[in-house]
Amino acid sequence: MLTLENVSFEVQEEKGQKEIIRDMNLTIDDHKFIVITGPNGGGKSTLAKLIAGIEKPTSGKIFFEGTDITDMGITERANLGISFAFQQPVRFKGIQVLDLIRLAAKKNLSVADACEYLSEVGLCARNYIKREVNASLSGGELKRIEIATVLARNTRMSVFDEPEAGIDLWSFQNLIQVFERMRESTAGSILIISHQERILAIADEIVVIADGRITRQGTREEVLPSLLGTASAVDACGKFYQGGKGK
Amino acid sequence: MIDQIQQRILEEVADLHEVPEGAYNIRTNGQMAGRNTTTNIDIVSKIDVSGIDIRIKPGTKHESVHIPVVLSQSGLKEMVYNDFYIGEDSDIVIVAGCGIHNCGDQDSEHDGIHRFYVGKNAKVKYVEKHYGEGDGHGKRILNPGTEVYMEEGSFMEMEMVQIKGVDSTERKTIAQLAEGAKLIVRERLMTHGSQHAVSDYIVELNGAGASADVVSRSVAKDESYQKFNSRLVGNAPCSGHTECDAIIMGTAKILAVPQLEANNIDSALIHEAAIGKIAGEQIIKLMTLGLTEEEAEEQIVNGFLK
Repeated sequence: MLTLENVSFEVQEEKGQKEIIRDMNLTIDDHKFIVITGPNGGGKSTLAKLIAGIEKPTSGKIFFEGTDITDMGITERANLGISFAFQQPVRFKGIQVLDLIRLAAKKNLSVADACEYLSEVGLCARNYIKREVNASLSGGELKRIEIATVLARNTRMSVFDEPEAGIDLWSFQNLIQVFERMRESTAGSILIISHQERILAIADEIVVIADGRITRQGTREEVLPSLLGTASAVDACGKFYQGGKGK
Repeated sequence: MIDQIQQRILEEVADLHEVPEGAYNIRTNGQMAGRNTTTNIDIVSKIDVSGIDIRIKPGTKHESVHIPVVLSQSGLKEMVYNDFYIGEDSDIVIVAGCGIHNCGDQDSEHDGIHRFYVGKNAKVKYVEKHYGEGDGHGKRILNPGTEVYMEEGSFMEMEMVQIKGVDSTERKTIAQLAEGAKLIVRERLMTHGSQHAVSDYIVELNGAGASADVVSRSVAKDESYQKFNSRLVGNAPCSGHTECDAIIMGTAKILAVPQLEANNIDSALIHEAAIGKIAGEQIIKLMTLGLTEEEAEEQIVNGFLK
């Protein structure tokens, strides 16, 4: 279980302090699939970074399975069981996909075992396992590899920051199946930041964040109907056509 | 004749755990410590200067030559000339390498000139590793000079690695390529402490269809200094690419000087150079996998130099 207690996060800007997260309280129960949505700039990604330890709250406390992790660094939190998939996956010259999956799994996985994780995210494993995680991979490929590293960690809490960002429609359709499978098989909690209707449609719980605050929270049945048709729940084709009109 | 220290250095520079198969010449502290020749590969000591001639018969396929050098005696300085005559249509692997173990207070230095005469349509893979260790105050110095003369249609791939422990190195490589010859160079270099490394390449593309690809990846740590100087000269319709990609750390300094000289309208030459520190997000990503900051940095450097 992950709990945020009165968490605030401020940044220094030219005009003075800006509050990105405002006095937020949130509990993520075990074995839950939670989707966080809301308008851009509302503080969703910052919230994910606060959970992973990439940012530290200005005030408030964060607890993970009863332990106060507020002052813990990224490494400590990772080793306690928190995983984080970046919105924009990082590239590494020279580091192969196999190396990255082995680092994630924290053991010297056999090539066959590492390939399992790649197959899981829909990549033809033997074509990728020896590839470098560099600019030769497309955004969609990197995203899948990023998700595979989280799968390989198999931790109690997995946070995904906008898995749909930067990938094409076809790749995304396949990724939804990955999350559907993960929802069935994982022993831990999953928190996904997303605007995608099809991801929202498999959530146990939906949290809407705007202007640094939780504006709505509840089961999918309670929250989703009011979001349909808004920017917080775009169906894949809608987004595709909007893009096509040059909006 | 080979003691434990020397054995360990042989493992570092030539991956040799035992006596190699095929032709070899092992040199320790200025003396020959072992030699083997085969029907196709002959090794003969030079008479006028220190060094050996390696003669590979035309048509020799899938054979290898190992010529490691070990210096474990502090204060030893040597200058060695090794000439390789590689027969037409042969296909061989040459593994050279030099390791210095210096526990004393005097400088140890190995300066080697390797000359390769690569016959028509011959294929050569050349691997050279340099390594230094020992806790004495004496410096470990390696100055390799390499000259490559490639005949029509020949191919040579050179892998040059210096990862650890060499205090000072000045590496000069020149290559001349005839029609259709192809040269690939992959250099990997890491300097640390107050080490100093200079790497100089001049590749002349003299024949039509000649091509060269000279790529250096390096990491400069602490207060070390590196200079990479690579010059491609197009004297015929040819193609060439040179690249220097470096990670800078601590208070190190790096100077990258890629140069292109086109003397023919159909020479297509490209250079690239990039120097930068490790990106913060790379470290953060590996930390989210449970690595410490130091472990993350090590993985990034190892991957980069792999």
